[in-house]
Amino acid sequence: MKRGLALAYLALALLLAAAAMFLNAYWVDVLNSVGLYALLALSLNLILGDAGLFNMGHAAFYAVGAYTAAIINTKYQVPILWALPASGLAAALFGGLVARPVIHLRGDYLLIVTIGMGEIVRIALVNDVFGLTGGPNGIFGISRPVVFGHKIHEPQDFFYLIWGFVALTVFLFHRLGQSRFGRALNYLREDEVAAEGSGVNTARYKLMAFVLGAAWAGMAGSIYAAKMTIISPESFSFWESVVLFMIVILGGSGSIPGVLLGAFLVVGLPEIFRGFATARMLVFGLVMMVMMVFRTQGILPWRAVRFKESDIVKAEAAQ
Amino acid sequence: MTVPLLRIRNLTKNFGGLTAVNDVSFDVHEGSIVGLIGPNGAGKTTVFNLVTGNYKASTGTIAFREKMLGGLRTHRIIRMGIARTFQNIRLFQQLSAVENVLAGRHCRTKAGPFAAMLRPPGQRREERASVAKAIAELEFVGLREQGMEMAKNLSYGNQRRLEIGRALATEPKLLILDEPAGGMNEQETDQLIDLIRKVRDRGITVLLIEHDMRLVMRACEKIVVLEDGKKIAEGPPEAIKRDPRVIEAYLGVEEEE
Repeated sequence: MKRGLALAYLALALLLAAAAMFLNAYWVDVLNSVGLYALLALSLNLILGDAGLFNMGHAAFYAVGAYTAAIINTKYQVPILWALPASGLAAALFGGLVARPVIHLRGDYLLIVTIGMGEIVRIALVNDVFGLTGGPNGIFGISRPVVFGHKIHEPQDFFYLIWGFVALTVFLFHRLGQSRFGRALNYLREDEVAAEGSGVNTARYKLMAFVLGAAWAGMAGSIYAAKMTIISPESFSFWESVVLFMIVILGGSGSIPGVLLGAFLVVGLPEIFRGFATARMLVFGLVMMVMMVFRTQGILPWRAVRFKESDIVKAEAAQ
Repeated sequence: MTVPLLRIRNLTKNFGGLTAVNDVSFDVHEGSIVGLIGPNGAGKTTVFNLVTGNYKASTGTIAFREKMLGGLRTHRIIRMGIARTFQNIRLFQQLSAVENVLAGRHCRTKAGPFAAMLRPPGQRREERASVAKAIAELEFVGLREQGMEMAKNLSYGNQRRLEIGRALATEPKLLILDEPAGGMNEQETDQLIDLIRKVRDRGITVLLIEHDMRLVMRACEKIVVLEDGKKIAEGPPEAIKRDPRVIEAYLGVEEEE
């Protein structure tokens, strides 16, 4: 990681930690929302930003994760945080299953298929599939998480849980970006024919991007379930997928700092301007349009240079 | 006679009503430089795309080191030891030269997403070795100094060299070059001929399509001529130069322009 970027992350972490101590419960809750959307957008960024696969049904993976956590918590009394890996696994499995037959589709076609996938999941939840999802009312009575015997229910407590997970995600995804796996996704996005022609199994990597992105969205879903203690299908509407898509594109496709900034802008700003009531969404829409005309690469775009001369000298010396 | 590295037999490819490649057979022997020439639309690039699995042959067979390639996906064929470049340069434009060459290392390495996140010693070692190998290939094609440049910022000739570097990083037995001198000036073409010979001296067999006759005649030991999807001649450069059918079909066309 470059030193400048590491310092920026550290500054952000300190600023957030300080903010959580001094802000009232309402604003801490806003920050928690920002954190959850940041998590989801980072997971979507693997698929949309790094691999260049248009996925506008990401809320479906989020929903599968949240419902998995809710069901195993309410039916089998498994502590909600223990459900986290199960949520990730269920969403990954689901992601792999639905992506497998459509993964060869390109651009706009994939976009439409993923929209359909998101809607099918939402409607299935409303219709109480397998009698597990509680229909339009959803599932309630999800227990609060307990960490080291400390029951988490204040927004402040959730703040540390959510942003701790965001920090871990940023760290891991940053490493992912600087690896054989991350590069393969980028090759895919840049030129699929050339990637395959250089020996990259493009079909496999597309699927892996979907599975990993879905797994992370599923884990975010389980945190969401723990935070809300009640979940219902309306939390996983098409609009959620659109917002996530916007965060990634607006912030900077493929760029982790860009996605974090995008989450603050798309989720945080409308809260700050709540006083302007409905006009805020109008302004927001206009800003989006202006952005897409004048700065298509996003606010903090992804930069290709991941190697410095010194890295290469090090690699050569080690041989 | 030894078994050829690449054996193409009765290869045919139909696109709807059009027969792009029609019953073509030829061999590429290990350690040689073979040229595939012919007028525009003769089906040369289609032959390449059939060899690397981008297209599926309608009929006929392609054997590489006595293994049939029919039905294999491109990345599998690359891993078996065939690497290629593209007629209309296909680099990863937004990535640096090093990262472009690293793409070629992909099929010779194995670290997955979990290794990437946890970085065990094996992953670190593999990553370092990949970078060192990529740098060595950049050096080989003469682009060591441009390693950090974004591919799209390189000159046309250097982009072609970078594509060769990326292909070499896959450790191929056979390198397929589709118009490597396209867009190059005379001096760059001379350097390219040297590079192609250096590649062959590494024990890598070269099969190339080229319109620049100077390059083909100087670099290739054997030339295969296609016209309208059919093979019309095959032999050493001197024989091809004198072949009346080739002169009529290929060189004749060039004189009219």
